[in-house]
Amino acid sequence: MHLILFIFFAGFCLAGAINLLLQSHPINSALSLIVVMTSLAVLYLLLGAEFLAIAQIIVYAGAIMVLFVFVVMLLNAGREERTLGSRAARVIGLPAVVALFALFATVILRTHGLGVSSASQPITDTKELSAVLFRDLLLPFEVTSVLILIAILGAVALAQLDHGERTASK
Amino acid sequence: MTILEFFLWSLLKVAVVTVVLLMSVAYTVLLERKLVGRIQNRWGPSRVGPFGLLQPLVDGAKSFLKEDLIPTAVYRPLYLLAPMIALGCALISIAVIPFGAPNTGPHGIDLFEISNINIGLLVILGVTSVGVYGIALAGWSSNSKYSLLGSLRSSAQLISYELALGLSLVGVVLRAGSFNLREIVEQQARHGFMSWNILGGMQFVAFFIYLMAAFAETNRSPFDLPEAESELTGGYHTEYSSMKFAMFFMAEYANMINVGCVATLLFLGGWTSPMGDLMHPMGGPVVTSLFSIFWFVIKVFAFLFLYVWVRGTLPRFRYDQLMNFGWRFLMPLAILNIVGTSLWLAYR
Repeated sequence: MHLILFIFFAGFCLAGAINLLLQSHPINSALSLIVVMTSLAVLYLLLGAEFLAIAQIIVYAGAIMVLFVFVVMLLNAGREERTLGSRAARVIGLPAVVALFALFATVILRTHGLGVSSASQPITDTKELSAVLFRDLLLPFEVTSVLILIAILGAVALAQLDHGERTASK
Repeated sequence: MTILEFFLWSLLKVAVVTVVLLMSVAYTVLLERKLVGRIQNRWGPSRVGPFGLLQPLVDGAKSFLKEDLIPTAVYRPLYLLAPMIALGCALISIAVIPFGAPNTGPHGIDLFEISNINIGLLVILGVTSVGVYGIALAGWSSNSKYSLLGSLRSSAQLISYELALGLSLVGVVLRAGSFNLREIVEQQARHGFMSWNILGGMQFVAFFIYLMAAFAETNRSPFDLPEAESELTGGYHTEYSSMKFAMFFMAEYANMINVGCVATLLFLGGWTSPMGDLMHPMGGPVVTSLFSIFWFVIKVFAFLFLYVWVRGTLPRFRYDQLMNFGWRFLMPLAILNIVGTSLWLAYR
């Protein structure tokens, strides 16, 4: 049962990713990305990570991609022109992809100490997850939050700067 | 229980719950028309059937039989997809909502909930956040300025108020220590209405925030700017007609019912009776489970009544007022509520 679901949603995910690259209209690409993220969430769920799965849907499919779609709608971005691409990309593209993939695969397979995970694992409790996140890994977690806060402040400062200049020029 | 049995039972539950939900959507529309009618000192629909009770069926038939217009300049795939996303997301949330006391039917099947999962509350939030696409895509693909303005307003409003909505629920989750909706209800069941989260749990601030955010999330008056008919003719569904328009309409009312169910479960004690253990369970197990469904339906009905009442009495907000209210008032209030609840729980 798990295997059938895995194959189905992995296929869905790959199809979405390929469609994302092939579509020439930005909004279709954005929607394919949502399909990819939702199928990834199902794969997480199959691995027993229920909180991660639903966080993937709420944060990525629900919030971040809405912003993408919002921007596409606001700018009313049109159809992209199809170009033939640079010759260099066509010649070394495929070999480069194969080489990179082989490199990543070797590094990941050689690393020891990566936890083994399989489909049909017992579900990880949200309580256990939060104990790890807020007790064992508290410092990295807080540092990351401060980093995000700084990014938000930076964005607000940039927006304010632009606004100030515009009112000054008036 | 084999997989086949599980599948067939689930299919049966899904079919029954969907039919009941769609019927209640139809009758919520009638309830609204009747009540708004009384508030405005007129009768509302009264001609079709006794007290106009058959009006929803006639309305449904009308939507089916109307000509289905598709304007020439729309972007067809998304134009057709958008109402399905909106209605689909509105109907999916009911799958995790328990609407009766835990009850073991044949083969150990829980009859009063489609699926009892650990992260029920988060699933509802996730499905709601995906539902934004229905409205956003409808406005964009219609290729009309009113639709686009309506859907931009709507997306901005939904994203803003989703934060306050999610944060207002944290207090309840802190008290229950679980995302499972059944556990959240059982935690407030002991002393009847004295232990409901809104009273005994001191979560009335959270309930207020949830109520405001829920009105905005479902695009209902006084936050119905996305379809403000005096400025935008109809907002994001201006270019839709016939059954496609009806799908948006049904999605809106199904969302109202969902929000009412969630409020009932989180703040008003779900299916438990307001008397708590004071009233001894009467009759056999069948009567007890019927009573639990009765209390649940009554609470949701009260919530829907409040919705209509507010619509009949309050004027619409201005757009900047809406955004200020959401970001500068509800958000900080929700965060204060989380801090207060955590401190109280830590002190105890």
